[in-house]
Amino acid sequence: MAKRFQPGVISANDLISGKVIYLAANDNWVERLEEGELITDEARADARLELALGQPEIAVGAYVAPAEATDTGIRPAHFREDFRATGPSAPARKSWGTL
Amino acid sequence: MLDATQNVTRSYLDRRVEEFRAQVARRIDGSLTEDEFRPLRLMNGLYLQLHAYMLRVAIPYGTLNSEQLDVLAEISERWDRGYGHFTTRQNIQYNWPKLTDVPDMLARLADVNLHAIQTSGNTIRNVTADPLAGAHADELMDPRPVAELIRIWSTDHPEYQFLGRKFKIAVTGSPNDRAVTGAHDLAVRIVERDGEIGYTILVGGGLGRTPVVGKIIKDFLPQADLLPYLEAVLSVYNLAGRRDNKYKARIKITVNEMGLEEFSARVDEAFFRIRPEFSGADQHLLAELQEGFARPALAPRDTEAYDAAYAADPVFRAWADINLRPHFADDHAIAMVSLKPHGGVPGDASASQMRVVADLARRYGNDEIRVTQEQNLVLPHVAKADLPAVFAELKQHGLATANAGLASDIIACPGMDYCALATARSIPVAQQIAEALEENEVEVGELAIKISGCINACGHHHLGDIGILGLDRAGVENYQITLGGDAGPDMKIGEKTGPGFAYDEVVGAVERLIAAYLDLREEGERFRDTIARTGAEPFKTALYQEEAQDAA
Repeated sequence: MAKRFQPGVISANDLISGKVIYLAANDNWVERLEEGELITDEARADARLELALGQPEIAVGAYVAPAEATDTGIRPAHFREDFRATGPSAPARKSWGTL
Repeated sequence: MLDATQNVTRSYLDRRVEEFRAQVARRIDGSLTEDEFRPLRLMNGLYLQLHAYMLRVAIPYGTLNSEQLDVLAEISERWDRGYGHFTTRQNIQYNWPKLTDVPDMLARLADVNLHAIQTSGNTIRNVTADPLAGAHADELMDPRPVAELIRIWSTDHPEYQFLGRKFKIAVTGSPNDRAVTGAHDLAVRIVERDGEIGYTILVGGGLGRTPVVGKIIKDFLPQADLLPYLEAVLSVYNLAGRRDNKYKARIKITVNEMGLEEFSARVDEAFFRIRPEFSGADQHLLAELQEGFARPALAPRDTEAYDAAYAADPVFRAWADINLRPHFADDHAIAMVSLKPHGGVPGDASASQMRVVADLARRYGNDEIRVTQEQNLVLPHVAKADLPAVFAELKQHGLATANAGLASDIIACPGMDYCALATARSIPVAQQIAEALEENEVEVGELAIKISGCINACGHHHLGDIGILGLDRAGVENYQITLGGDAGPDMKIGEKTGPGFAYDEVVGAVERLIAAYLDLREEGERFRDTIARTGAEPFKTALYQEEAQDAA
């Protein structure tokens, strides 16, 4: 049985910086999940994924990152996507004593 | 066969850097697809992680000089975010490089004979060794000449560039195994028998989803047989190892499926064939390497300044008691430099911290620095007389946490804060545990807490007195606890306790285990001694007690 389609935003890593990027409705790649296009329909997802995969000079490893619409905008639908959207949760600089 | 001229030379490194520079350019101009480029970047230690690329740099057997550490610091400032992360395989990782900068980073590394070759991919990885090699009082023989011999032999070895899976080798020259040898695909333990030096060879150890303690395949291998024997092991693995399933491709599975006896018989057969190809050049090279790693001539020093500081300053005394290890010279000590400040990221060091340690090594430490499997740094040769000055400098830069071997000296993999493979976070769990235990960790004593953020077990959770494994359970982070692991010479895989804990329940769970230990322990018992005596049951009872009470 085919897996049930899960809504999301097309996401990838930027080829040069490795940063997390999202595909917006206007075909631009953006760094904020909220500015990405939330796709709720499988046919649309396929079409947008094809567009993303056709841009290997920008995007690496494009896929549909699970997300959902909320009152405060598009939010990740899985904790992994939460960390991808917000960056490391650990306060790294606490390690560095007096610096 | 070993050709000593194949050493990792500057011209070889330069060629590799320029080759990679061209590959990056071809990826960017579209001549290479990502699928084509990925194996090429992995051959140069470059991963693409959650938020960025990650460059893993090999630190051979965890030994650095001050110039190398200075360059590692410089690289982190010029092309990364001003810090580096030291790993459980004695390497350093940069978490934020840009693809276009990586060739320049590799070129700068080559200036100090460092590189990222074979830090990824299905090859023989960086050879690791006892981080206190050449310094500890308990050592039979410095393992680094052997580790270097293996590194030279295995670097760019044409037969081992496409193994079924990665292959990790560790070497120890001390009976008190500090190199986690039992968890390696192959390990060499230098031993002495009837006055002769030889090697005990272990094979098929590893952690991950199928944790296995390495098995002794050769009790006593003569020194001159080492490389031909390793070639024999690799040739059997290369042919018989599975390539149909990534999760069954490590040599531990080959050995388990075939049985040690059959595997060993095939190795002996291959050895018989390969042995005559070795004419002795490798042994000449080993002798040269042994000279190169000869014990430093350390000038005798009186220890008055140390004794005075030890008597007068309780903070120095606490650090000395916990972070020093016995040196072969009585008037010297090995100083463990903690990269585990309470609440910090285990294994992270800023550029300026790296420079401080490099500078201390230059001024007081025979120009040597080590990286430990516990993700700390070491100054292996410090005159006791200089320790008060070294301590003061370390303290000023947040590097003098007195916790080597204690509960807050936690191994944690990068977890979901960085790693693309992770199923849960590790670092914040380590931070919270370390903060919670700071108060009474000296009373608790020696305790190994190890945290992995996925089943691949980079955080060695199976080997912790308390092991923590972060998983994704139906879209929520969940942490399984194991008890009774041991990373030492009598390696033990910890046992699962039962149902896992939510992210915000882990600290409480660890605290209950420690309270149970304090309650149960008898005079002089470490956590692992108590568990060995009582079994895990009373600990499990304590662990799940609160839940039972909540349910009641």
